[in-house]
Amino acid sequence: MTVAIDICHQQGDFTLDIRFAAPARGVTVLFGPSGCGKTTLLRCIAGLTRARRAVVRLGEHCWQDGAHFTPVHQRGVGYVFQEASLFVHKSVRDNLLYGRRRAPDARDADGGIEDIIGLFELGDLLARMPATLSGGQRQRVAIARALLARPRLLLMDEPLAALDVASKREIIPFLDAAARRAAIPVLYVTHAIQEAGRLADHIVMLEGGRLRAAGPARDLLARLDLPFARDDEAESVLEGRIVRHDERWGLTYLHSALGPLVVARRAEPPGHAVRIQILARDVSLTRVQPQQTSIQNILSGHVERIETVGQTAAMVLLGAGEERLLARLTRKAVAELALRPGDPIFAQIKSVAVLR
Amino acid sequence: MTANDLTALALSLKLAGLVMALLLVLVTPLAWWLARSRSRVKPLVEAVVTLPLVLPPTVLGFYLLVWLGPAGGLGGLLERLGFHHLAFSFGGLVIGSLLYSLPFAVQPLHAAFSAIGARPLEVAATLRASPLDRFFSVTLPLARRGYLTAAVLSFAHTLGEFGVVLMIGGDIPGKTQVVSIAIYDHVEAMDYAAAHWLSGGMLVFSFVLLLVVYALNRRVPVGPA
Repeated sequence: MTVAIDICHQQGDFTLDIRFAAPARGVTVLFGPSGCGKTTLLRCIAGLTRARRAVVRLGEHCWQDGAHFTPVHQRGVGYVFQEASLFVHKSVRDNLLYGRRRAPDARDADGGIEDIIGLFELGDLLARMPATLSGGQRQRVAIARALLARPRLLLMDEPLAALDVASKREIIPFLDAAARRAAIPVLYVTHAIQEAGRLADHIVMLEGGRLRAAGPARDLLARLDLPFARDDEAESVLEGRIVRHDERWGLTYLHSALGPLVVARRAEPPGHAVRIQILARDVSLTRVQPQQTSIQNILSGHVERIETVGQTAAMVLLGAGEERLLARLTRKAVAELALRPGDPIFAQIKSVAVLR
Repeated sequence: MTANDLTALALSLKLAGLVMALLLVLVTPLAWWLARSRSRVKPLVEAVVTLPLVLPPTVLGFYLLVWLGPAGGLGGLLERLGFHHLAFSFGGLVIGSLLYSLPFAVQPLHAAFSAIGARPLEVAATLRASPLDRFFSVTLPLARRGYLTAAVLSFAHTLGEFGVVLMIGGDIPGKTQVVSIAIYDHVEAMDYAAAHWLSGGMLVFSFVLLLVVYALNRRVPVGPA
């Protein structure tokens, strides 16, 4: 069920002209600055905006091609808007069931409802009216409502952008869980690099209505020619595996291609695959293997590229096998260490976050 | 109150009720189009729809009389088809009242549909609701307040009309003599007592009607979506 998109659409003096394919599973983040056409693109895919010329396919279903245009309500797209857009005249329960009642397979219509209500922790809110909910609660209902309609494709248009920081933090785990749980492609629009790093399996980057880059998130996040790696919040995403737990110190040991990592005790059993997030500014480099340091996580690799970012900073890309790690240093530090591509190097990591 | 007064009252209520019901149904697509369309002829349509609000009722009544009468466009056509023309008939009153009260039904619905905006309907569409389904499950309940206002205004306005009715309906008891005209007749005949009964009744009835509507209107939930 690959998503194949080829859209050319004119809106005022803005032209959207883009072609890409998104994989059948996992989260594809459509990334780009405001006004780059992300929302228009998402609306064209949903059929909310009818693109002048477009081919929109989901697996064997063709939603738009030439004169053929499947209306929105026959597509089965879950769409989460920036504002929760709940039906104000319906209770949380009726909001949740609105799409489910209209979804195919009515015979097992009850299956999964309790699951999703539990997953999004909505059990206590069912009788409430939308006006009495907080922003974060409303968005949780909106996401659950979209999933309950059994969509074939889930589209999310900056679902966190209208929320305050606390609500964002509240929602992200739900979003992540929802995206993992839905065995369907998820297209997620955002201009926030942290969200892209946190949620993306794949990234499609837009610029001025056109495709700038597309590929697996790990690769794009580490590319020094793209804005992700040049941002203050630049981060690396590594794939890892839980090796063992250390009950005495409350720690969990992880394996990664760049070396072993240790994090606070995780609930998952040994062997479990995890995704590890390391902020570039939490990484420092040294040429000699550090001894007697409080830093627990020391990885090793070699320098692949060095890129100056602005006046004072430099971004160093380290590699080991398939994995890439970004380190944000000062230009002065790079000069004093006399770093060159190919040099073997140790990376000391101040903080490691396990995403899942 | 005389039997004649009661007949006039019943006729007024029948006319107002019928016109209100017809308007709510007929005006829905028009108000919807006005709220959604970006067509270039929209200002023209809006102007035409609002005309009955500014025209003296006698002007509207005069043209309707000509149009509905035996020599007029609609009246003549009906005569040729073997029906009776519509001047001085209840049917003529209904048509006249539909036009006369049109803006009072269109404007609240137009405002209500505009206030809903496109978003709730887009959400409903992504949740697999067909256009008709969207209208009944989203638009109608959200526009409830607008429908209530449109119903009351068109009912009350039809109940209170005088000029148009006098021009196209005449003053035929049991057929076209409505309360407002019956009151006029009483005053003409210097029968102020009878005029008081009817006028006072109308005053109380109208007040109670509006009071009930505004009380009901308070219960509509409002708040962010």
